[in-house]
Amino acid sequence: MNLLELHAVEVRYGGIRAVKGVSLSVAEGEMVCLVGANGAGKTTTLKAAAGLLPAAAGAIHYAGAPIAGMKSFELVRRGMALVPEGRGVFGQLTVAENLAMGAYVRDDAAAIAADRERMLQLFPRLKERYQQSAGTLSGGEQQMLAIARALMSRPRLLLLDEPSMGLAPLIVERIFEIVADIAREGVTILLVEQNARLALETCQRAYVMESGAISLAGNARELLDNPQVREAYLGE
Amino acid sequence: MEIFLQQVINGLTLGCVYAVVALGYTMVYGIIQLINFAHGEVVMIGAMVAFSVIGVLMKTGMPPLLVVAAGTVVAVPACMATAWLMERVAYRPLRNAPRLAPLITAIGISIILQHVAMMIWGRSPIAFPQIVKTHTFEIGGALITNVQIAIIVISFTLMGALMFLVYRTKLGVAMRATSQRQDVAGLMGIDINRVISATFVIGAALAAVAGVMIGSYYGQTQYTMGELLGLKAFCAAVLGGIGNLAGAVLGGVLMGLVEALGTGYIGDLTNNWFGSNYRDVFAFIVLILVLVFRPSGLLGERVGDRA
Repeated sequence: MNLLELHAVEVRYGGIRAVKGVSLSVAEGEMVCLVGANGAGKTTTLKAAAGLLPAAAGAIHYAGAPIAGMKSFELVRRGMALVPEGRGVFGQLTVAENLAMGAYVRDDAAAIAADRERMLQLFPRLKERYQQSAGTLSGGEQQMLAIARALMSRPRLLLLDEPSMGLAPLIVERIFEIVADIAREGVTILLVEQNARLALETCQRAYVMESGAISLAGNARELLDNPQVREAYLGE
Repeated sequence: MEIFLQQVINGLTLGCVYAVVALGYTMVYGIIQLINFAHGEVVMIGAMVAFSVIGVLMKTGMPPLLVVAAGTVVAVPACMATAWLMERVAYRPLRNAPRLAPLITAIGISIILQHVAMMIWGRSPIAFPQIVKTHTFEIGGALITNVQIAIIVISFTLMGALMFLVYRTKLGVAMRATSQRQDVAGLMGIDINRVISATFVIGAALAAVAGVMIGSYYGQTQYTMGELLGLKAFCAAVLGGIGNLAGAVLGGVLMGLVEALGTGYIGDLTNNWFGSNYRDVFAFIVLILVLVFRPSGLLGERVGDRA
């Protein structure tokens, strides 16, 4: 079953069509990535799926139901979580408070506490900085916090926007390992990423976006060998 | 020395009321960067509603303290409803408008509220019933009344309760999260509109109590009382660093103290050239002085770049 389905979705900024009829789908349990150059419309597509931007045309279905016009906070309650570009941690809140906000939609205190413990095990750095304000964390730590915070809502679908942005290669690798682990635990993931090689190596299926439209789609491994992709996105 | 201590007591009493009102300004500014100029009028409405309720109940022979408490209990939801409506009708549609639009709307709302109050309660000053029997206590030669003690205790209790709410509860953390990144707060499942409404309503509850306190303290109220009181409380919030809760408390208390001490000593210092009728000037002099040297206020971090 497709958990997320975009059909001919258009998104406009003023008069400009940033996304021109994108169709894509993510099946339950799948890990899919959306790669492409800067400005291709990847983030805009993701934002439309998460209810942050309205779709001017087309349809978006989540868990079988249309979600047009739904606000992001309503989608969170239905199990969708987005880790935004640039991480978006609450800088003046502590790590603990950031995690608590991730679980805002839940009231099962005991289960929340258990999940928090799990996050602190998964990201030991966050445990060390538990009572520190998130603004004092390094970029990599903030990214880990942003992912942990999103997981605190126990999402069915996790949307990740450029988790590698601005981070050192070693940290990027670590973050991708963790994302792969999360996927293995059964969370469905849609990943937007400029680092095409890493994204294609990690995901099962991929879409390539170019100036607002999908130009290629298919098995991630096969796309890695596709000469077009190799030339345009892998720098070969 | 007795005069000094006396003015400190008077200033602290007044400052506590300023602080409670200033918290309302600073909370709303913190979350949507709006200077809600109608907040002073919410204080006035609190005083007026309490006055009406007290006027009716005092004839029933109920114990005076209970009558005042009942007046407050009615004033609080009345003010909360006023603030909720004001946000919903006037400010929310302008959430993404240029900053000047909601600011001017706030001034308009303040004028509307004043005139509605004038139509209901008349234009002349109303004597706020002094039904609680005043007891005076002496400390170090200065006098303090039970009303002053009550105002100080209630104010600090309210401030403590607000701090607890903002720093220790889920709603409070959501309010702080929303004030930092509205878009990301939405991604946490926080309904931004509800959090903003809650902020207005909580500030209005504080304003209602402040209205009852100031009415009982001065023994009178008028439909224009929110104007100067609101302006001073706003200045107190700016003085402390707008958007900062502790700053609003500090600014409010400081402003009350400066006003009381200035009024107490201005005659002596200027050889009676200036009298205590200049009392409203001090608050603004201090504000100007502080802002010259610390534009972001005493505890403020960010310079107010959008107003």
